[in-house]
Amino acid sequence: MIKGLALLSFCFLAGMWCGALLGSWLGIDANVGGVGFAMAFLLFSKEYVTSKGGWNGEFAFGLDFWNKLYIPIVIAMAASLNVKSALSSGVLALLAGTLPVFLAFGVVKILLKQVNSEK
Amino acid sequence: MKELEVILDKNGLIVAFLLVGILTWATDVFSKKVLNGRIPGSALAIGLALVLGYLGGVFAEGEQGLADISYFKGLSILGGSMFRDFAIVATATGASFLLIRKSGMLGLVSLVLGIGLFFGFGVALGWLMGYRDAISLCTIGAGACTYIVGPVTGGAIGASSEVIALSIGTGVVKTIAVTILTPVLAKWIGLNSPGAAMAYGGIMGTSSGVAAGLAATDPSLVPYGAVTATFYTGLGCLICPSLFYLVLSSLLG
Repeated sequence: MIKGLALLSFCFLAGMWCGALLGSWLGIDANVGGVGFAMAFLLFSKEYVTSKGGWNGEFAFGLDFWNKLYIPIVIAMAASLNVKSALSSGVLALLAGTLPVFLAFGVVKILLKQVNSEK
Repeated sequence: MKELEVILDKNGLIVAFLLVGILTWATDVFSKKVLNGRIPGSALAIGLALVLGYLGGVFAEGEQGLADISYFKGLSILGGSMFRDFAIVATATGASFLLIRKSGMLGLVSLVLGIGLFFGFGVALGWLMGYRDAISLCTIGAGACTYIVGPVTGGAIGASSEVIALSIGTGVVKTIAVTILTPVLAKWIGLNSPGAAMAYGGIMGTSSGVAAGLAATDPSLVPYGAVTATFYTGLGCLICPSLFYLVLSSLLG
């Protein structure tokens, strides 16, 4: 179990490092795609470990636990967001926070339709 | 009672596990028995958590929703960025590298579309509300992207703290709107495949909103949406204070 968890931790830290490096290389004070890099590392590691036959139940459990803990974490996150100030920071924040979202859903719909009809 | 209070205070993270567990159990039962499974239990739980976050803000007058009430402070650890990002990475074990590569171009197109759309809309609304200087408009537009791009942009180009606060507020409203609307509109926009989730993640961009919205819609799509959304904030921080600011200031003379 701890081996799987250690692999996950390694991929996470390596990915975050890449994201931070990319951020400072681009000259911005933010982590650019660290989570994305980490996911890529994990996918490659999974291929490798599976090919060596090491991806068994016990090993996978260390990762699967965190995979399943994902929704509870999102629930905790939602409960600790500053919902009140978001609602009270004015009409502009409310409009600029919601109107484009509706539009964006429309854009996703159109984009997906285009892609599907091309296939 | 005093002993219990000390225990609750000392073990915040464990209390958070218990709280989220109870909330999940209650919403699961409600979803199955009362709503016949029409709205997934996780969507209800996330929605209810937002309501609790609001109530927490009302009672504790802080910035972290329910986590500002001292017994519930563990929620901000469990729901903080470290655990959130760690768990998102763990969801990649269920993703397929081939599918991600196949949708790579679509992901890129959606990122550019998404940032342009939210920034443009934010600037237009800021203009209608009476802001006329490029710095404020650019910061408000960046806030319409995410609540991280807003303050990063505002800080970089020297916006007033009032405008930066406004941009953060806008970004948080967006996160909440995406969280609530995604499970409602998922069917209508055709959000039912890994490729669709990647395009959706790239356009919406707010990684917490995308992740929460997808979790409530179909948890197996979370890694695909997250993989593009994670690049949105970085790309936004890159082009809002540079390219977009230059365009705006040249347009406004």
